[in-house]
This record gives sequence, structure tokens and C-alpha cells, in this order.
Amino acid sequence: MLAAARIVVWRELLVAMRRRSDVATALLFFVIVTSLFPLGIGAEPNKLRAIAPGVIWVAALLSSMLSLGRLFAADHADGTLEQMVLGAAPLGVTAAAKAFAHWLVSGLPLVAIAPLLALQYDLDAGLYGVLALSLLLGTPVLSLVGGIGAALTLGVRGGGVLLALLVLPLYVPVLVMGAGAVEMASAGLGGQGQLLILGAMLIVAVAFAPWATAAALRISSE
Amino acid sequence: MRWFWYASPQTFYPLAGKLAVAGGLAAAVLAVVGLYVGLLVAPTDAQQGEAYRIIFIHVPAAWMSMFIYVVMAFWAGLGLAFNTRLSGMMASALAPTGALFTFIALWTGALWGRPTWGTYWVWGDARLMSELILLFLYFGFMALHASIEDPRRADRAAALLALVGVVNIPIIYYSVKWWNTLHQGASVSMTAAPKMAATMLAGMLVMALAFWAYSIAAAMLRVRSLIRERAA
Repeated sequence: MLAAARIVVWRELLVAMRRRSDVATALLFFVIVTSLFPLGIGAEPNKLRAIAPGVIWVAALLSSMLSLGRLFAADHADGTLEQMVLGAAPLGVTAAAKAFAHWLVSGLPLVAIAPLLALQYDLDAGLYGVLALSLLLGTPVLSLVGGIGAALTLGVRGGGVLLALLVLPLYVPVLVMGAGAVEMASAGLGGQGQLLILGAMLIVAVAFAPWATAAALRISSE
Repeated sequence: MRWFWYASPQTFYPLAGKLAVAGGLAAAVLAVVGLYVGLLVAPTDAQQGEAYRIIFIHVPAAWMSMFIYVVMAFWAGLGLAFNTRLSGMMASALAPTGALFTFIALWTGALWGRPTWGTYWVWGDARLMSELILLFLYFGFMALHASIEDPRRADRAAALLALVGVVNIPIIYYSVKWWNTLHQGASVSMTAAPKMAATMLAGMLVMALAFWAYSIAAAMLRVRSLIRERAA
């Protein structure tokens, strides 16, 4: 079972390495969206400092959602997904491995680059740790929950926009807690409460989302 | 009672017709009584004046918005587990009514919030946010169902989404307790003595029953047209 998961993760990473521009696009999107806000809102430093956690989190949400389309689409198109559904390895494990690989490719780089963007927004240096930690706990939830939406919209008319409609409402609690952790910390109250809730969300998502994704994949590949 | 007798769309069709008529009549009578009690009999609130009277619509609509989602998820789960055709149709028939009540709850809440809180909408409030998410969940359910050609596959995919979204219901229900934000606590509680005048409570409960009856009537009419649509 673990061997199957390892192989899926390895294969996904290999595919991502072969198509490096896809990975770079999602990351660039993240950077561009966060750079748009100061241009639209104005360059007033206090205002920017106040909106920084929210902006970075919303950009992370959108960037993670945009790359969800690729999670199963290529495998669905060339028939690999059918083999995965029929194969001996439990489909839930495959789904979990795919979500993990998606996070490694699209979530982890965001965690790494977020402090740099926070620097642009002149966020207090003491908050970089909380911001990175909240993203570290929150972005895997996005990949796991997004996997359900990606599996449900496979081969569906207008899949991309529909995926946003399905997934974004489910992302809202992560956004509220993630941005909330940084805001609480910046108010000097410590963001532990929000971080703990994010951790709890991650545990629940790890336990249930792959299972739901597997059920969705079975429905989509009938 | 042979429950599974009605699991077949053909045998359920006439029953749905009868339920729709009964529900529609009950809704009309109960709404007239409820609005009479609520608008004319119930006393004016000491703090909020006449503006409070919108709760006779707002609170029952908010209850129904959550309750219909749970019922919808129940049918969705039943459909996934037993692969019955009628379950998926019931879930699809309930979704628009649920979305309607969610919208009414948000809309009347905004109208009430303006004179009472001084604002139509508060972004930070947990209950408002989760009710808005509920509206999006209903829209997502309907959009996913509409975008899949094969009705059986659409039923199953939308059912899974409904079950995932059911996580939101306890969050809405307890949001006022967990996060102490602007929206006040529950108006009515099963455990504590009622904090409001008996006529107010009666008006609200009658309105809630009227909304129940309306929901049954609307869902039954819709399930009838779904049965005919798919049989063709």
C-alpha cells in the first residue's frame, strides 16, 4: 500500500518535472495576484500591512485551485485513471498520494515564497513564522479538499468554472483560520488557537478527503 | 407500512401529487394564521419596535435553509448507498427550495440588520458567513447536477458533493455559540424557558410549519416533473 503511494507520488513529481512551466505558472500567478492588490488599493503602508495576511491567503487559495484542474485531467484523458480505478492498489491511497504530490508541487512553493511577499507588504518580521506555518498547515487541506472537486468535475461541461464554484466555498474555513492566525498574532494575541484548528482541519481532511475523492473518481469513470 | 413500495418513481408519482396538494393547502392556511398572529396579534418589541416582526419570516426561513440541506444530504446518502432512482430526484427537487430559503434568510436578515445593527451586512460575522457558504453549496449542487448529461451520474456526483457540504451545517448552527460575534444567540431553545412572549413564539412556530408545508408541496411538485422528465 505504501509502495503504491510512493510510486504514485514519484510518478506525479516526474510528470511535474517534465512540465516545469505548469508549476512555474501557478507560482507566478500567486506572485502576480498579490502584486495586484497594492496597485488597486493604493500604496499606503499601514493599509497594506493590515491586508497582507488576507491577500496572501486568497492568492494561495486561487493559485491552488487553478492547478487542481491538472490533478486528474491528463490521466482521465489517456485512460490511466481507469487503470488506477481498476488496479489492485486501494483508490483512496492513490487519491491521497495524488493530493500529496499536488501539494508538493503547488502548495509547498507557496509556503516558501510567502515570507518574500510578506516582506513586500512590510509585514512585521515576527509574523513570517506564523504566516508560513499557517500556509504549511492550510495548503495541504486545499489540495485534499480540492481533489474531491477535481474528481467530481472530470469530463464535465465547463469544468474549470464549475470547479471554482464547488471548491471555493469549501475553502472558506481554511481561509478564515489561516488569515485569522496571522491577524491574531499581529494583534499580539498569538495565533495558536487558529493554528490548532487548522491542524484539526488537516487531520480531518487527511482522514476523509481521499476516501471521498476515491468515491468521486468511481462516479466519474463509470 | 411498506416503505419500499414507494421507492419506485411510478408508485410514488400519485402519492407525490396528493402530498403536493395537501402541503400547498396547509401552507396557505398556516401562513395566513402565522402572519395574522405575527403582524397583528404579537406585541411590539420593547427594544426593536416593529422592525422585529421580520423574524416571523427570517427565523423559520433560516431553520428551513439548514434543515432542507440535511434532508437533501439524507436523500443523497440514501441514493449513493442503495442506488435508488427516487432518492436522487428527491435531492434535486429539494435543492432549489433550500436555496430559496437560504436567500430569504439572508435577505430578510439584511433588511432587519439595517435598522437594528445599523448595517445591511457584516463580513466578520460567523453566522452570516456560514449561511452565505450554505447558499453557495446549494448553487454548487445545482450547477454540478446541471452540467452532467447522464441524470444518474449527475445524481451520484451531486450526492457526494451534498454529503461533503453537510460539514457546514453544524458550523452554522453553533457559530453563534462558538464565535461570539454580532449575530445574537438562538431565538428559541428546546432546553431553556422561552425568552419571548408566548404569542411571538406561537407566530414563529406557525410560520415554521407553513414553510415546512410549502417545502413539501414545492419539492413534491418538482419531483413529479422530474419523474415525468426522466421517464420520457
